[in-house]
Amino acid sequence: MLEEFDSFKTEMFQVMDPAGNITKPEHFPKLKDKDIVGAYKKMLFARTADLMVVSYQRQGRIYTYPPNQGQEAISGAVAQIIRKDDWLVPAFRELGAWLAKGASLKEIFMYFMGFEEGSLFKNARNMLPMNVPIASQLQHATGIGYAINYKEKDEIVYTFVGDGGTSQGDFHEALNFAAVWKVPVIFIVQNNQFAISVPFKTQTASDGIAIKALAYGMPGIQVDGNDFLAMTKTFEEASEHAGSGKGPVLIEAVTYRMGAHTTSDDPSKYRTKEEEDEWAAKDPLVRLKKYLMTQKLWTDKEEETITGQYKKEIDRIFIEAEKHTDYPLEDVFKYQYADLPDDLLLQKAEHEKFLNWKASRK
Amino acid sequence: MKIMNMVNAINQAIDLKLEEDPDIVVFGEDVGVEGGVFRVTENLQKKHGARRVFDTPLAESAIVGSAVGMAVAGLKPVIEMQFSGFVYPAMNQIISHVARIRNRSRGRYGAPMVIRMPYGGGINALEHHSESMEALFAHTPGLKVVIPSTPGDAKGLLISAIESEDPIIFMEPKRLYRAIKQEVSEDKYSIPIGQAKVLSHGSDLTVVAYGALIREVQRAMVKAKDMGISVELIDLRTIYPIDKTTVIESIKKTGRLVVVTEGPGSFGVGAELITIANEEAFLHLEAPPKRVSGFDTIVPLPKGEHHYIISPDKILFEIEKTVKY
Ligand SMILES: Cc1ncc(C[n+]2csc(CCOP(=O)(O)OP(=O)(O)O)c2C)c(N)n1
Repeated sequence: MLEEFDSFKTEMFQVMDPAGNITKPEHFPKLKDKDIVGAYKKMLFARTADLMVVSYQRQGRIYTYPPNQGQEAISGAVAQIIRKDDWLVPAFRELGAWLAKGASLKEIFMYFMGFEEGSLFKNARNMLPMNVPIASQLQHATGIGYAINYKEKDEIVYTFVGDGGTSQGDFHEALNFAAVWKVPVIFIVQNNQFAISVPFKTQTASDGIAIKALAYGMPGIQVDGNDFLAMTKTFEEASEHAGSGKGPVLIEAVTYRMGAHTTSDDPSKYRTKEEEDEWAAKDPLVRLKKYLMTQKLWTDKEEETITGQYKKEIDRIFIEAEKHTDYPLEDVFKYQYADLPDDLLLQKAEHEKFLNWKASRK
Repeated sequence: MKIMNMVNAINQAIDLKLEEDPDIVVFGEDVGVEGGVFRVTENLQKKHGARRVFDTPLAESAIVGSAVGMAVAGLKPVIEMQFSGFVYPAMNQIISHVARIRNRSRGRYGAPMVIRMPYGGGINALEHHSESMEALFAHTPGLKVVIPSTPGDAKGLLISAIESEDPIIFMEPKRLYRAIKQEVSEDKYSIPIGQAKVLSHGSDLTVVAYGALIREVQRAMVKAKDMGISVELIDLRTIYPIDKTTVIESIKKTGRLVVVTEGPGSFGVGAELITIANEEAFLHLEAPPKRVSGFDTIVPLPKGEHHYIISPDKILFEIEKTVKY
């Protein structure tokens, strides 16, 4: 399939059309009905959490957050394929992939509430914290890939970046190194059509991102990122390729950020309602649900019940995260170095003197 | 005169210069259609067209590097780094070329440009959105570094920066973007780069600060006054070239110096000012000059930021100690 849809043909790989019909049965992923239902539930959970965070933010209970709405099928598919020992090198808009790796929703909430501890991901094996400087994480993925080869481990690196991120030199450099070194890295570009207000056509004069793989010497494929089945099939093959010593793969998942860039952004400044409606009709959850319903694997009733349960659970976790309010002074210093210079301890002590002085004046 | 906040004032400075000088181009991430994430360049594309005010692909190095080429070829780029914490991909271009092309070409080429960037903490932001690294730029030969603290200064200083033949790093205290409003002249006027301003005259102690911390010092001064301490406040306005004369004169008068900066203290602007005090006014000093600065740590995420950000009380604490020394 990677060969058939090679990036040079710039034909977008799709298994299921927006109405939920299977158009390429020969490329159906190796998933049982119950796996697909399970995946749908995870995507629904991520969507529910995502929408709730946006409303918590409006209530002033959490700081800036980058909504995922519309992009859930990509992380949903990664969740099907990524193994316990595989690495996840995140950007910041792949909630479902974080959860799949074992990051807890509470940690994620804490991070966006302004605690570094929210980056700990205590139960997630081989997962880095979120990465804000766009595209810089891709090089770390390449380096991890080198270490995997060096230590002869059976692990694959999954790393994320947005369409805007592909304009950074870091993107080019990471992919070039990765192909030269033949490292087991899967580069996932979530092409959600915008980098904040900047549309894809301003970002690159190329028809797509996948085609760029050709020049690096790695397979590249453009996939309908709102088609969970196509995404899963793609990751099946990409992991097979990367895991068998053939080197990296570039996947361009074509999708749409249905929400704002972050909770401080107003999309009406730079895009039309018509465009948003057009993409709403391709909503990845709606599409998979249509498929499940035609297969008689899912009902509206089930959806309603489970969404209600999810809402309660998410709210409970959120309230639990809110209980965490303590941020001791020590935490500012503790992790700056493995071997903390005395000078920093002195700075802390000086500040404590000030705090005592302040307290004594009250 | 018109009531303006700093966003309005900077917008107007760029607008006036765009009108006046056809060689000026304004670009960066989201500066065109959207008018910048802080709306500093709002409406400028509409008014001056997308050839002059435009969005670029997402790549700071290419924004600055292209600006070097444009400047060498006779344009005047006024470019934006979306946050100072995202200037790092462009540091190679800034340090290796923006700052050096004049010297390298023995004056034949220059890279006159303004690199604007919102800096500093206090807005409850994600990682990398709160840095104050003016010292990095000030430490780089070939750059000039300007930091306004009021809308009126921002406008006048930016106009000078755009008119300068030298490259200017123009750091905007984002925490003050909309926090301070004042009457600002709608005409074109400029404030010279390299001149500090004495904001209040006093006799007991000199405080030097700039940018967002001016307001915090002024808050501390209200309490200092109650304690009978008379503070002379200097707004540095330009970090480099540093206005030694104003600072030295003041220290000679008061005999005491406290420097307030937001970024990490070590090897920073405070260290520089204290060196100036030692070298030029040593015999006038009645107490050891003191730095109030951020810790030498990474700026904490919002819930820990209060530990890091300089409060008026912290400034008062050091003022009191220095006066009582
Ligand atoms: C180096 C760098 N420059 C600028 C920013 C500010 N910024 C945050 S997100 C963003 C747009 C990213 O767009 P894209 O890569 O398409 O990802 P998306 O946000 O659409 O998921 C920008 C410019 C940043 N985080 N890092």
